[in-house]
Amino acid sequence: MNMLPELGHFALCIALSLAIIQASIPVAGVLTNRPLWMRAARPAAIGQFGFLLLAFLILTYSFIVSDFSVSYVAHNSNTSLPLQYRISAVWGAHEGSLLLWVLMLAGWTLAVAVFSKALPRDMTATVLSVMGMVSIGFLLFMLLTSNPFDRQFPAPAEGRDLNPLLQDFGLVIHPPMLYMGYVGFSVAFAFAIAALISGRLDTAWARWTRPWTTSAWMFLTLGIMLGSWWAYHELGWGGWWFWDPVENASFMPWLVGTALIHSLAVTEKRGIFKSWTVLLAITAFSLSLLGTFLVRSGVLVSVHAFATDPARGVFILAFFAVVVGGSLVLYAWRAPRFKAEGKAGFFSREGFLLLNNIFLVVAATAVFVGTLYPLLADALALGKLSVGAPYFNTVFVPLTLPLVLLVIGAASLNWKRGNATTMWQRLRWVAVLAVLTAIVFPFILIGQSSLIVAAALMLAFGAIYSAMEEIYRRGSRRGYRKIPLASWGMSMAHIGLGVFVIGVTLVSTYSAESDVRLAPGDSTELSGFSFRFDGISHEAGPNYDSTVGKVTLSHENKVLAVLRPEKRIYRAMGNSMTEAGVLPRLHRDLYVSLGEPLSNGAWSLRLYYRPFMRFVWLGAIFMALGGLIAIFDKRYRHPKLIHAQTGSV
Amino acid sequence: MTPRRRRMLLIAFLLLGLSAATALVLKAFEQNLLYFYSPSQVAAGEAPTDQRFRLGGLVEFGSVKRTDGNLDVQFTLADCEGSMPVIFSGILPDLFREGQGIVAYGRLGTVATEKAFIADEVLAKHDETYMSPEVADAMKNADGTKCMPPGMLQSAS
Repeated sequence: MNMLPELGHFALCIALSLAIIQASIPVAGVLTNRPLWMRAARPAAIGQFGFLLLAFLILTYSFIVSDFSVSYVAHNSNTSLPLQYRISAVWGAHEGSLLLWVLMLAGWTLAVAVFSKALPRDMTATVLSVMGMVSIGFLLFMLLTSNPFDRQFPAPAEGRDLNPLLQDFGLVIHPPMLYMGYVGFSVAFAFAIAALISGRLDTAWARWTRPWTTSAWMFLTLGIMLGSWWAYHELGWGGWWFWDPVENASFMPWLVGTALIHSLAVTEKRGIFKSWTVLLAITAFSLSLLGTFLVRSGVLVSVHAFATDPARGVFILAFFAVVVGGSLVLYAWRAPRFKAEGKAGFFSREGFLLLNNIFLVVAATAVFVGTLYPLLADALALGKLSVGAPYFNTVFVPLTLPLVLLVIGAASLNWKRGNATTMWQRLRWVAVLAVLTAIVFPFILIGQSSLIVAAALMLAFGAIYSAMEEIYRRGSRRGYRKIPLASWGMSMAHIGLGVFVIGVTLVSTYSAESDVRLAPGDSTELSGFSFRFDGISHEAGPNYDSTVGKVTLSHENKVLAVLRPEKRIYRAMGNSMTEAGVLPRLHRDLYVSLGEPLSNGAWSLRLYYRPFMRFVWLGAIFMALGGLIAIFDKRYRHPKLIHAQTGSV
Repeated sequence: MTPRRRRMLLIAFLLLGLSAATALVLKAFEQNLLYFYSPSQVAAGEAPTDQRFRLGGLVEFGSVKRTDGNLDVQFTLADCEGSMPVIFSGILPDLFREGQGIVAYGRLGTVATEKAFIADEVLAKHDETYMSPEVADAMKNADGTKCMPPGMLQSAS
C-alpha cells in the first residue's frame, strides 16, 4: 500500500519538533548569552523548511495521482480535473492552504537565516525564534484540527471536485501571492518583537527591517490585484472590487502595511516614530493572521460554522489571543524605553508621513468596523445584518484623496525642516501641468468631463508629476546614478498610485452597463459601440460543458472583435460558472457576460463599457514594481554603513 | 505664534479632523446596514418600509413569471408561514431556480395595489447544495426543526 501520505504526516511532525527547537533554544541562548545555542536557529530553520517542502510535495503528488484515500484530495479533486488545476487544488481549501502558509513561513525564515549574516548574532537568533513560535502555532493547528493527510477508508472511486470558481489561472497564482504577503509580514513582526526584547531600535534596525517589509507588501499588492482581476473576468458581474469581507480581509493588512513602510522610512531617517513603527508591525501581522482565518475558517459564511467544528474555532481564538495579546503586553512593557532621537516638525517630510499614517490607519479601522461588525452582531444575536458597499465607498474616498495630496507635498519637502517657498518653487510646474492634463485628458480620451473628475485627476497627475520632478531634481543636481534605488522605487510606486487613481476615477464615473434581452441577430448600442448577438453554440471542455455565446462588437460599422462569453456546467458536481468575454484595451474594456436563456432563443446579456479599467491594475503593478526596485537598494545590503547617504527615502 | 500655541493648534486640528472622520464613518455605517428578514417577518410588519433590506426564502414552484420582450421577472419567496411576491428587472444568477433558497436586496413597494418586494439585486450561491445560513434559519419551526413552506410540499411531490 502507498505509505506516502503517512510520510507526509510524519514530515509535518518532524517540522513541528524543529520549530520547537528553533523557537526556544536560540532565544534562551540570547537571554543566557550562549552563542552556541543562538547558532542552533539557522540549521533548525533550514531543516524545518526541508521537511515542510517534503510534506508539500507529497500532498501535491497525491493530487497528481488522484489518491482519493486521502480525504482532502477526495474532497477537492477529481480524475477529470486538468493537471494544472490538480496542482493548484493543493491550496484550494482549508487544510492545503494552511500547509502552503507554513511552507511559505518556513521559506521566509530560511531567507532571513541566509541573508542575515550581517546582523548581530543575537538579533538573528531572536528573529528566527519568534518566527519559529508562529510556525509552532500553525503546525499545531494543522496537526490537531486540519491535517491534510487524513485518510478515509474505503477510498471513494471518484473525488468531488475543485470549486469551479478556483479553476482559473488567476486563482492558481492569487492565493500564493497573497500568502507570500501575509506571511512576509511575519518577518517585520519578528523584527519588531526582537527590538522589544533587546530594547535596541536604531537606524540599523530600520534598515534590516525595511527590505523585508517592502517585499511582503509587494507580494500583497500583487495578490490583491490578481484577486481583483480574477473577480472581474470570472464572476460575470463586471466589477473589480466589491468590498466583500474576503477582499477586505486582504485589504486591511495592506493599508496598515503601507503605513508601516512609510513609518519605517521615518524611523530610519530621523530616529523617531519608533514605538509607532513597532505597533504597526504587530498590527500588520495580526491583521494578516485575521485575514487568513477569516477567509479559510468558514466564519464569514456564518459564525455558527465554528459550532460544527468547535476545536478549530477555539484554537484560532486562542492562537490569536496569544499572538496579539502577548505582543501587546510585551509592547506595553518595553516600548516606553525607545527614545526618539529628534523632534518632528509638522511642516516637513516626516510631518506629512505622520499624517499619511493617520489617514491609512483610520481607513483600515473603517474597513475593520464594516467587515467585523456583522460577525459580532451575529455572535451576540443582535440581528442578521451586513454592511453595504456604499458604506465603504462613502468613507473611503474622502479618506484617500487627501493621501494623494500628501504624496505630492511630501515629494517636495525635505526631512527635518520643510519650507513653503521651496515647496512652491518645486511644485509650481507640477501644479500647472497637472491642472492642464487633468482638464484635457478626459475630453480627448473619453469625450466628456466634470468638475469632480477633473479634481481627482489633478491629484492623480500631481502625484505622477511630483514623483518625476523629485527624480529629475535630484538627478540633475547630483547625477541620476547617485539616486539610490529606494528613491527610484518610491517614485515608481507613487506614479503607480497616480495611475491607479486615474483608473478608479474614470472607470467609476464613466462606466456604462446594460442588461438586455437579445434574440439571435438582434443588436444593441452601448456608449457608441454596437453589440450584435449571433446566437449560441454548445462545446465540451475537459471537465465541463459549455454554452458559448457569440457577440460581434462594432464601432461605426467597423467590426472590432467577436467575443465569446461562456456559461459552463462542471460535470462532477453540476456547478455552473460564468466566463465573461472581454475586449481589453488600455483606455477601455468592452465586456459581455451571458445571463440566462429566455423564450424564443433569446438570451439575457450583461454588457459593459469600462473606460480605463486596465489603469487600476496597471497602477497596482507599478506600485509592486516600485517595491521590487526599492528592495535592491545598496544600503540594505550593507546595513553596517549606518551614517551613509542622507536625503533619500 | 509660540511653538507651544502652534502645537496646541495642530492638536486641535487633528482632533477636529479625527472627529469629523468618525462622524462620517458612523453616519455612512448607519445608513448602509442591511438587515435580513424572512417573508413571514415582512408579513408581520417587522421589516422597515423606508429602508433597503435583504429578503430570503425559497422560490415557490410555478411562481416565476417572465415578461416577454424585456427582462422583468416576478416570483414568490416563501418560508414556512408566509410568502412575499418579488419583482426584479435584470439578470438572475446562475443558480436561480424554483425551489432554491435565494436572497434578494431591495425595499418594500406596491405593484398594482399589492404589496411586493422590489428587488434591485438577487443572489444565489454558486453551489447546488449550499443554502445561505440565513435562509436555512428561516426554514425552521420555532422549535428548530426543519420545515417546508406549504405550497412547496405539494409541488415537490
